[in-house]
Amino acid sequence: MLVQKHFESDRFIPDKEMDACGLFGVMNTKGEKFGGSMAINAIKNMKVRGSGLGGGFAIYGLYPEYKEYYALHIMYQNKNLDAKRRVEAFLKEHFYVVYDEEIPTNPDVALFFPPIVWRYYVAPQKKSEDQAIPDDEYVVTRVMYLNTNVDDAYVFSSGKDVGVFKGVGFPEEIADYFMLDKLYQGYIWTVHSRFPTNTPGWWGGAHPFNILDWTVVHNGEISSYGTNRRYLEMHNYYCTLHTDTEVLAYAVDLLMRRQNLPIEIVSKIFAPPMWDAIEQMNENDKKLFTALRMTYAPLLMNGPFTVIIAHHNEMIGLTDRIRLRPITAGAKGDFVFLSSEEASIRAVCPDLEIAWTPPGGEPVVVRMNSQDHLLSVKKSI
Amino acid sequence: MYSYLLPEFTIERSEDKCIRCRVCERQCANKVHEYDEDLNKIFSSNELCVGCQRCVALCPTNALYVHPRVYDYRPNSSWTRDKVQNLKKQAETGGVILTGSGNDKPYRIYWDHLVLNASQVTNPSIDPLREPMELKTFLGRKPDTLEITFEEGKASLKSQLNPNVPIKTPLVFSAMSYGAISYQAYKSLAMAAKEFGTLFNTGEGGLPEHMREEFGGNAIVQCASGRFGVDSDYLNSAQIIEIKIGQGAKPGIGGHLPGEKVSANIAETRMIPMGTDALSPAPQHDIYSIEDLSMLIYALKEATNYEKPVSVKIAAVHNVAAIASGIVRAGADIVAIDGIRGGTGAAPLATRDNVGIPMELALAAVDKRLREEGIRHKCSVLAAGGIRCSADAIKAIALGADAVYIGTAALVAMGCTLCHKCYTGKCNWGICTQDPFLTKRLNPEITSQKLVNLLKGWSHEIQEMLGGMGINAIESLRGNREHLRGVGLEEWELNVLGVKGAGE
Ligand code: SF4
Ligand code: SF4
Repeated sequence: MLVQKHFESDRFIPDKEMDACGLFGVMNTKGEKFGGSMAINAIKNMKVRGSGLGGGFAIYGLYPEYKEYYALHIMYQNKNLDAKRRVEAFLKEHFYVVYDEEIPTNPDVALFFPPIVWRYYVAPQKKSEDQAIPDDEYVVTRVMYLNTNVDDAYVFSSGKDVGVFKGVGFPEEIADYFMLDKLYQGYIWTVHSRFPTNTPGWWGGAHPFNILDWTVVHNGEISSYGTNRRYLEMHNYYCTLHTDTEVLAYAVDLLMRRQNLPIEIVSKIFAPPMWDAIEQMNENDKKLFTALRMTYAPLLMNGPFTVIIAHHNEMIGLTDRIRLRPITAGAKGDFVFLSSEEASIRAVCPDLEIAWTPPGGEPVVVRMNSQDHLLSVKKSI
Repeated sequence: MYSYLLPEFTIERSEDKCIRCRVCERQCANKVHEYDEDLNKIFSSNELCVGCQRCVALCPTNALYVHPRVYDYRPNSSWTRDKVQNLKKQAETGGVILTGSGNDKPYRIYWDHLVLNASQVTNPSIDPLREPMELKTFLGRKPDTLEITFEEGKASLKSQLNPNVPIKTPLVFSAMSYGAISYQAYKSLAMAAKEFGTLFNTGEGGLPEHMREEFGGNAIVQCASGRFGVDSDYLNSAQIIEIKIGQGAKPGIGGHLPGEKVSANIAETRMIPMGTDALSPAPQHDIYSIEDLSMLIYALKEATNYEKPVSVKIAAVHNVAAIASGIVRAGADIVAIDGIRGGTGAAPLATRDNVGIPMELALAAVDKRLREEGIRHKCSVLAAGGIRCSADAIKAIALGADAVYIGTAALVAMGCTLCHKCYTGKCNWGICTQDPFLTKRLNPEITSQKLVNLLKGWSHEIQEMLGGMGINAIESLRGNREHLRGVGLEEWELNVLGVKGAGE
């Protein structure tokens, strides 16, 4: 499906990047849209978790007037107009571009080498041989092609009615730069502040990471990266960014979008219960969990992580199986919050009704028009 | 006896310590020591000694010292002692030089050039004494995906799975047949595997009927070129069936158990007349191609109602990766790869020391090929041949093995001192012999505990190293070459291993 970059030996695959981070997400479970101030202020409250080398936002419900179209946010590094020409020629060949424009930015905010960022609303233009390919698959393949084949071009996001804004800087600077608080509204906002430990930031490497309408923000270091990456390669996902987040995003895409497994199951693949616990389960569960661990052993995400995964109508928070990087959840009315720290939730919602810390491997699933997120309260610590 | 051969060992006895107890005389099946009543003195014939250290270990007063005799000929880097001595032997007999155990030539041992990673700062290491550290491993074919049904929010498994065998630790005893080793040694392996929750491998010598009920649940049974001891009950009594195509110590050649070793019990287990030579042909004569292999794999699956994984064991040879891929496509659930340092009960020296490739390189190549073809999950990979310690085992897993076979290490745990004389049938440690006077030196109750201790010790060490890397389940290390770095390796070697150099 995706494009492979061929390495003669695993030895030449670049080292993965390491980072530590802060993350935050807020969703309105009635689908009512709101501005960016909560997300921006919450992440500001966790300033020490970032280093100004990467920040970004994902917003759902962003483009209601174009919600039938894939919204591509594409950045051109080094203001490389040749890359833009190549990308646009490619888009013209493979898509119908119904509208495109430069994403407006605030000229008063000075950031580190900002790229040109453009958005295109597109619909697939399939050749006869592509007719059988589902639209989503078609788009993913084209996006991967652009990311691996056009130097200096990188697709930030490619979903419908969703968009990612990210770059090198503190997240509040990125928000200012793209004027998120002024221009946009959404019913889910996730945000990420990055603290890379081994690489200077580049705009494409910031989070959230996106495929179609799926976005992932992540904090942690996955010690099983090599195992995970190799398994995903077998399913034609080639990691081009060499970050843990990318591995998580592809695993989410494989399991949730392509294999159609619900997050309740997927969370048990990423952060499975211990064998000792499985031994104690009833026959049905023992069989299920044994099969899950056996089959998806290469997708166990080992090592500390917190992740917020979102797609339309759903926002999920999950932490690793032994809760080395906890996540905190909170709720008030129709608003549900997920955050690296409780303090940042309280900073933007002082009259919180409930706050809780789920145990390792127990997902907090925030669903549209449901109270499913409260299921994890009982098990909380 | 050969004329003009120099003794390989020198025996020194402190006369003032020796109490003339004659233990050494009784312990040495090579009849090195002899007591002279008239002189009240023990004499030793150095030329008969194989250096197994049995007498040394058992002498109650520590009066004995057996050590390799220095190179007595004119020193020569090309014409080494063994080359010269072997030539002299051959000049007298015109025969093939035999040997036992594994390759002792100084081929590069890649394990000693690979170092492991550990967590510092960005992720925490995990203390296996305080936190769970999981080694459980499943051997067999895994599906691409699972089908799960939901009823009232309750998830249940719908997919039918291929048979998989769980083991508590990724360490499995490799194939050693009853016949090649003594009943006591064989039973010790079975007992230890059962007690610890792992598997032993019967080799091609069958599984005695009276052991099936008790130990079948921990047995891998082999179906080799001689088809000794194979019948439906044998196959169905086991957990895994292994088709043996080749062996690391002697790729491309068969086996020969001399008639003298075929006692009544062995004859019964192997289903051959007592006292006849048990000859295993070099190839399996019904497998001349990959299609033929596939037919045998499915014949065995049919015979066992598709309830058992079928393994195919091959020696690591030059194009091992392509062969392994063919084996998986032919329907095998497990591929076992035996490297150039794998052991044997008997093999021609020329073959043992010169044929095949190191397992580390073979393993890396096989894992890479299977991944590139998208079929790595369709089989488990067992790595065999020269795993000496827990660190070797964990490095093999990081290179891509699901589990490792341990043979020589298990023999050493039982007493073996690597004298390489397994083929003589005079093993003073009671392992590689059928002489009841020698085999009774092994008490399976005691020996099996030594093997359990080996599994226990290695497992703990693997847990320590895993925890150090911040990983708490062995599956997260499998094929995770990011946790390995090479030291002192050539560029091409790093490339084949798919491992960066230290500091890279
Ligand atoms: S062969 Fe073994 S038991 Fe016999 S003398 Fe030599 S070391 Fe001692
Ligand atoms: S075993 Fe030791 S003490 Fe006994 S006879 Fe031999 S050398 Fe002497």
